[in-house]
Amino acid sequence: MKNARLSDRFPKVQSLERRMFLKQGLSIGALSLLAGCEVTSDERVQQVLEGMSQWNDRVQGWLFDPKKLAPEFPESMITRPFPFNGYYPESDVRIIDETDYKLQLGGLIKEQKPWRLPELYALPQVSQVTRHICVEGWSAIGKWSGVRFSDFLQRVGADLTAKYVGFNCGDDYYSSIDMATALHPQTLLAFRFADQILPPKFGFPMKLRIPTKLGFKNPKHITEIFVVNDNPGGYWEDKGYNWFSGN
Amino acid sequence: MANWVKVHPLVVRITHWINALAILVMVASGWRIYNASPLFESFTFPEALTLGGWLAGALQWHFAAMWLLALNGVVYVVYGIVSGHFRRKLLPISPGAVLRDVSQALRGRLAHEDLSVYNAAQRAAYVVLILALVVLILSGLAIWKPVQLQELAALMGGYEGARLLHFFAMSLVVLIVVVHVVMVALVPRTFPTMITGRLRRSS
Repeated sequence: MKNARLSDRFPKVQSLERRMFLKQGLSIGALSLLAGCEVTSDERVQQVLEGMSQWNDRVQGWLFDPKKLAPEFPESMITRPFPFNGYYPESDVRIIDETDYKLQLGGLIKEQKPWRLPELYALPQVSQVTRHICVEGWSAIGKWSGVRFSDFLQRVGADLTAKYVGFNCGDDYYSSIDMATALHPQTLLAFRFADQILPPKFGFPMKLRIPTKLGFKNPKHITEIFVVNDNPGGYWEDKGYNWFSGN
Repeated sequence: MANWVKVHPLVVRITHWINALAILVMVASGWRIYNASPLFESFTFPEALTLGGWLAGALQWHFAAMWLLALNGVVYVVYGIVSGHFRRKLLPISPGAVLRDVSQALRGRLAHEDLSVYNAAQRAAYVVLILALVVLILSGLAIWKPVQLQELAALMGGYEGARLLHFFAMSLVVLIVVVHVVMVALVPRTFPTMITGRLRRSS
């Protein structure tokens, strides 16, 4: 029997069995994959998936090391041209009027006086060359400059023991982050991209640059910053993207 | 009474089927995630073979099923080492025997006398599959946490290197799974043994 041909060793019954197996296997596979969309939209499945996403928020909170810095790169590695991304096409980028612009502050912040751009530009600033990672998978290296967000929050007397910092934006976008990330040394209230005042497509007059989070957690055209203890959610987060989305 | 041979231990059968489900979900959702920003511009996966409907749905599936894949994998590997299952079933592997069995399999001449003993081609395939899954999970962790786990990502050439590695490890896993399923179809009596764990001795 050793080294006998497969065909010798299988009577017709087994060859039939083999065909049945293939046929059934294929139809079960095709069915389950075709049902993929309906499976995802089923309410109970959706509840489980959202529960897992919230569990992953907690795990990422534990994994987050407030002292661990995102890798920085030499300026020669900057991605040019740097890609535009948003929930609208580049042709719909909002133009924020500099003369009327005021940054509003709210929630658990002591000094809620609005800030004008020249006052913000006068604050001490730092630069970073870091990798921007999109939830879609692509990444690009860019240079951002601005105020350390932790310095700014301290300056305006924000309650640093609160849980969340929320953002409303001039393009109707909104998002929120955990306080630990807000206080991370590389989280910047950025006014410049590649040493130039932020062009509209990259978020004029300011974006929150967070190299420890995915790109969509880096809101552009910020018009209001508020500190709260209830999770304010976000534009994409409320549509199903993981809220923490840390790198 | 019929004469039964024990082929697969219970732990192996349970972890096998959980693993099969986890890999199906991870691959189908991973393909949808890939399509959101293809690594290779001219190549995308057919939407009908993907899971999640859109990027956020696919990500939810992927980051839920990763726990199933990883925890089940840990149970399997710990069992395999502690019980001696790996040593008994997967070792030794000699390159000569692997080449001989693969070439016999390709010519349809590979005998399956005793299903409780893996031939050299099977041993090599299963060991490579286990290693590919380890690489797949580690590169996935590096993509998920390129800052917190940056030392791990650096071993793979950083974030973009980890993405490439994740893709190629996935490709290897899918290739081995496809060959595995084809082999089961060619030798169908192996299929019920992965459920019942035993086989009626023919002689």
